[in-house]
Amino acid sequence: MARYLVPLGIFLVLVAFLYRGLSLDPKLVPSPLVGKPMPAFTLTRLQDPNTTISDTDIKGKVAVLNIWATWCVSCRAEHGALLELAKTGKVDIYGLNYKDERAAAQQWLRQLGDPYVANAFDDTGRVGIDWGVYGAPETFVIDSQGIIRHKHVGPLTAEVINEQILPLVAKLQTSP
Amino acid sequence: MMKNFLTTLTILLVLGSGPLHATATLESFKFADAAAEQHFKDLIAELRCLVCQNQSLADSDAELAHDLRAEVYEMVQAGKSDEEIVEFLVARYGDFVLYKPPVKPSTYLLWFGPFALMLLAGVLLLRAVRRQKRSATAEISDADRKRLDDLLGERNSGEQKP
Repeated sequence: MARYLVPLGIFLVLVAFLYRGLSLDPKLVPSPLVGKPMPAFTLTRLQDPNTTISDTDIKGKVAVLNIWATWCVSCRAEHGALLELAKTGKVDIYGLNYKDERAAAQQWLRQLGDPYVANAFDDTGRVGIDWGVYGAPETFVIDSQGIIRHKHVGPLTAEVINEQILPLVAKLQTSP
Repeated sequence: MMKNFLTTLTILLVLGSGPLHATATLESFKFADAAAEQHFKDLIAELRCLVCQNQSLADSDAELAHDLRAEVYEMVQAGKSDEEIVEFLVARYGDFVLYKPPVKPSTYLLWFGPFALMLLAGVLLLRAVRRQKRSATAEISDADRKRLDDLLGERNSGEQKP
């Protein structure tokens, strides 16, 4: 009996591992920044090259930081979801315009609508490196102390916002 | 003849374009000497590109890889040690950027799993061999031995007959 059970057991273990592997996305790299203070930065504002925005401007309230660019196709796909999130008024959305052109990005916001409280303009991508950005769009949830609590890689959808982002935001707002 | 020549030329061009292109992306970096350049190349070959995932920073043509190569280059020129540079990248992108993951509790299975499996296989093999040896030397009854001798004798004598 054992001579049949042992190979069957090994087979089942293999199946379990391979099945788990099927549902893992290799593109999702866990960020070491979750649980750490957000990286410091000072950049010009997208809408005004003469004024700056820095990490201290984001601190103080629970906030969402969205990394986007006009060359990023998935960013266009998630834009509607971002507008919906902004409409709820439950959380401030900041933007990091990543390796983009200022005029193109301003045009984008005029055309598609502007869900952001403010946008930082990171044309070289240097601040993006500090934030561990490896592909737009990426979205961070930051608590009132400026600690990064969550990172979402890939486009936001209504489902992601309602099931992950908003519950976390509500939790962080009640227990800072 | 002409067609063969063209085919060969095309193949050579296609084969040649890969490595040529790879060195071209690195040409913009200037080093004090060949040793410093080799050091830089060794370092970026050990780091993994996050965008293409199965290419090193040295091989990747992704936008982020360009930026990270420039970043690593600046740190090398600033006299930072390899540990400092690797730490800089790991703090931002996690252990994923390393082709050699560090030994820590979450990677014990990765590092020691194969050895544990080998040990288990060794033990099972040893047990199987021992069991087989025991059954091979097992005693047989006198009646069986007599029957065996008879059978063997019969065949031996049988072979002598034409």
